[in-house]
Amino acid sequence: MREINKIEVKNLNLFYGEHQAINNVNIQIVSHSITAFIGPSGCGKSTFLRVLNRMNDLIDGVKTNGEVYIDGKEIYQSDVDVVALRKKVGMVFQRPNPFPMSVYDNIAYGPRIHGIKDRKKLDQIVERSLRQAVLWEEVKERMYKSALGLSGGQQQRLCIARLLAVEPEVLLMDEPTSALDPISTLKIEELVRDLKNDYTIVIVTHNMQQAARISDSTAYFLNGEIIEHDATDIIFTNPRHQQTEDYITGRFG
Amino acid sequence: MIRQSFDDSLGSLVQDILRMGSIVENMLDNSVESLKLQDLKLAQEVLKMENEIDSLEQEIEHKCLRLIATQQPFAKDLRRITAGFKIITDLERMADYCEDIAKVTLRIGAEDLIKPLIDIPRMSLLTQRMLKDALDSFAYENIELAYQMCKDDDEVDHIYAQVIRELLTYMMENPKTISQATSLMFVGRYIERIADHATNIGERVIFLVTGIKKELND
Repeated sequence: MREINKIEVKNLNLFYGEHQAINNVNIQIVSHSITAFIGPSGCGKSTFLRVLNRMNDLIDGVKTNGEVYIDGKEIYQSDVDVVALRKKVGMVFQRPNPFPMSVYDNIAYGPRIHGIKDRKKLDQIVERSLRQAVLWEEVKERMYKSALGLSGGQQQRLCIARLLAVEPEVLLMDEPTSALDPISTLKIEELVRDLKNDYTIVIVTHNMQQAARISDSTAYFLNGEIIEHDATDIIFTNPRHQQTEDYITGRFG
Repeated sequence: MIRQSFDDSLGSLVQDILRMGSIVENMLDNSVESLKLQDLKLAQEVLKMENEIDSLEQEIEHKCLRLIATQQPFAKDLRRITAGFKIITDLERMADYCEDIAKVTLRIGAEDLIKPLIDIPRMSLLTQRMLKDALDSFAYENIELAYQMCKDDDEVDHIYAQVIRELLTYMMENPKTISQATSLMFVGRYIERIADHATNIGERVIFLVTGIKKELND
């Protein structure tokens, strides 16, 4: 077992203007693991996810303090290359958002931006990424048709393939299956489990069964705080905090 | 209150299990009484109750499955349902032993008892109390009671050893008693096993309340 902390967050606070959305969060995320963030809407889990690749920098009026280390490097220091950071720490969103271009160009987009022009090299990357995202067999005959013609589940796997094409190390997933049917959801879950061998994955989900099924550890967020973070096994069979128990058993509120 | 109907279903599951438990309590009482009083009719009653237990077990098992399938229970809800699942298996085993005791009554029939039965009814009373305490500990989620109850198991084991010793002396003195004495030894064994299943229920209750598995039966 490689028990190395990929991500370490210390005393993190985040404000939207006057409103404090994240309150003194501390967490360690082990390399090559799947961590699920659960909690009611508005509890700060998606906001916190965006802390991990500085996506909140793009939102006006957000102020952050505290420390976030990825591979031991503090990512909020002024000398950090944010573009490189987001390449290393990629993100998948709730709704699949393929670019309005061909399947091939969607995947090749990132590598091209990062300077890869060689057609052969691009072909390799596209195929490898699509295979990793378990989409290759379904799209290999229609590489040059618009990605918008794919089903929702296929589009989401396309977005994951697009992410993998730039060789990230951490995958942040913000409710990646909430817009998908159960079969597509299971495919994504299988995929996420496979990807764990090569990536560190953090997933926000409202689907409790999903968190229980796929994650190694689970953190319960409430009102911008982490109430409990432990092995998923423990969280779903015998959580230590009554608030966690109330939430996962559906007696919250 | 959210999940009211789920809570109602869990409550009714617990009630069903308690009902099954109280039938088993009666079965134990009746089976040992039937043996003591050589009351064949009462023994027949016990056999009928066994059928009722079997159908109750199936019914409760089905309810547990349905709750798991439709409610996706977690944490304590999940532990309560799995505890229920296990407890009904324990109760069903106990009912089988009661049936076995009633069959001994029927086998002995009108033949004179080799001795008045004293220790076996004592074992039975103690075991009935253990079962009652086990069910109460489940109903009220009272782990102190569960621990307490398990201590009575030592006393049951102690009387059981005594019963065996005594029956052995009868057999040595008079080989004609061997057939009946062997049957009575089995009865002792059945009651001793019922008491063990009661401690199993205690363990399930401790798991239900604390989430920790504990071995109380050593």
